[in-house]
Amino acid sequence: MKIVHISLLVILVLSGLNTYAQEDNSKKTTHDFEMELEAEYRYFYDDALFEEQKDHFPSFAIRPEYAISWNKGYESINFKGFFRLDVDEERTHWDIRELYYQKAKNNWEFSLGLKKVYWGVTESNHLVDIINQTDAVETFDGEEKLGQPMAQFTWITQKFGTFDFFYLPYHRKRTFAGDKGRLRFPVVIDKEDLEYESSAKEWRQDLAFRWKHYFNILDIGLSYFYGNGREPLFAFDSLGNINAFYPVIHQAGLDLQITHDAFLWKLESIYRHASAQEFVALVAGLEYTFSNIDGNGLDIGLLGEYLYDERDELALNALQNDIFLGSRIAFNDTQDTSILIGGIKDLESDSTIFSLEASRRFGSSWTAEIEARIFDNIDDNEIILSNFREDSFFRISISKYF
Amino acid sequence: MKKVFFAIMAIAGISSLAAQSAAEKGLQIAKAAEQADLGFGSSTVKLKMTLKNKNGQTSERYLETRTLELTEDGDKSLIVFNSPKDVKGTSTLTFTHKTGSDDQWLFLPSIKRVKRISSNNKSGPFVGSEFAYEDLSSQEVEKYTYKFLEEKGNLLVVEQDPVDPKSGYTRRVVTYNKDKGYRFEKVEFYDRKNALLKTLTYSDYKLYQGKYWRALTFNMVNHQSNKETLLKFEEYNFNVALSDEDFTQVALQRAGQ
Repeated sequence: MKIVHISLLVILVLSGLNTYAQEDNSKKTTHDFEMELEAEYRYFYDDALFEEQKDHFPSFAIRPEYAISWNKGYESINFKGFFRLDVDEERTHWDIRELYYQKAKNNWEFSLGLKKVYWGVTESNHLVDIINQTDAVETFDGEEKLGQPMAQFTWITQKFGTFDFFYLPYHRKRTFAGDKGRLRFPVVIDKEDLEYESSAKEWRQDLAFRWKHYFNILDIGLSYFYGNGREPLFAFDSLGNINAFYPVIHQAGLDLQITHDAFLWKLESIYRHASAQEFVALVAGLEYTFSNIDGNGLDIGLLGEYLYDERDELALNALQNDIFLGSRIAFNDTQDTSILIGGIKDLESDSTIFSLEASRRFGSSWTAEIEARIFDNIDDNEIILSNFREDSFFRISISKYF
Repeated sequence: MKKVFFAIMAIAGISSLAAQSAAEKGLQIAKAAEQADLGFGSSTVKLKMTLKNKNGQTSERYLETRTLELTEDGDKSLIVFNSPKDVKGTSTLTFTHKTGSDDQWLFLPSIKRVKRISSNNKSGPFVGSEFAYEDLSSQEVEKYTYKFLEEKGNLLVVEQDPVDPKSGYTRRVVTYNKDKGYRFEKVEFYDRKNALLKTLTYSDYKLYQGKYWRALTFNMVNHQSNKETLLKFEEYNFNVALSDEDFTQVALQRAGQ
């Protein structure tokens, strides 16, 4: 009963805020409040590889958002919060995804605060994207990110493209699954145990730069990052102990896309240099979409990408010499039904990961998602991936938007 | 004298019409319509899109569009979704070109990704509506060939054949109102089999700045599926003075954040 009362109260407060969210033209200030409540259930159907790992993970998440903008939208303060409650105590976490002030004027834009920035063009792996730390316990595909403190200055020119300068004063550590969690190593890694190469630790003052431009059908980005790596470096000693730390890295990145008729040709490549490590990695591929096949809006896209990583087995994401094939199906109906299916196969072994993601809206404010990740024939020689071989799972989530 | 003068003018007018081919006259009308709308600079408008299926069930979307007029090349436009809430902030940036494919970028707010997308899919439905992408893109004269069909009082009916083979139509039949700045009153769309597919009617016209006619209601009826899409516009704002800097990938992200 108590829960019902609290829910009713929450809904009342939210509807009150929604009314307030209407634009007030006299002051020319726009407020916007939104909230997403999500119920999620993950089920790992294979027996766990390590003790204490669970099979069933009911979970709940809340994502409040608030934005206030003025000066015709050229100035704003944006907030996105996040909280998840999960069976795995490490996956129970909260974060400020965004909280920043932004001002834009003519050919420049400035942002200050916690923000999320995305770089890149490919689908199966996001090599170039480095500004934000990955929220590794949140999703398997690594697309969820932690809010990154930054000052960002963007200079836009019509002829020479867009120049982005980032000052990143603080590094955020990656969180790993806890005792009960799946998708982990035999030893539970406490994120606080990971040290830094830099003596300034998380307070090392990092810098990044990106140039982005387009010429007719070609979109290109060149980037450079110098600072604490977002990926920890894992070193295994002869006893099987893991020694992991965050190195100071230099990373140059290239992302390129050619958009020609229904073809998207894509390339992402990085060169990373640290005192303990030096490597190149790339993803290259294409996307072709058969659009409006049935005259009713059905689009079927075919995706193919090749992944290479010089680190070999030590690549954290285990995508060292692999091929990705997938299909994106969009029904373009009023419910925005879409399906993404795919598989990544190692070219040197039989290790394969199949995945499926589908989503649909119900009514005007509900959505449902289904996800599946199947680890198949994972080779025992895969240093990282072999730990996940029993971690195939299904996930269903339902969200309500206020 | 005056009557005689008018008679001469009328005869001259008729004979010049007769001398013109239907293609020339159609093109002339399209150019007159373009000319009548020249000089608006930039505008913003909010709209509500109501999708109605054949059983009468409806769903709604709220959008905001910004347009920048360009004369040497096609217009630039930015569309932002405000609802449904799960896609709030999803935005598109389009650079229309008079010839060749348009340039188009999509912003996905959940992962903050800007993606260049193919503008190949002209005939596909825009967000599940009865409007195809090509119905909503900037109306450039160069995108069609023309054939004048008939004149009914102040209404001029012109057939327009899309130049682009990727169009979903064999032809459109457009009714212009020559007394009201050659504004569109109605468009009939014929599918690839040349069967009547859809009718778009424009209403609630409003004259801005003494020159620019804008319909505040668009009603698209699909005769084959019996589905309908209604667009209801709020007031247009022509005083925003937008520039190229408001139509960049940086501005696209800002609009959808």
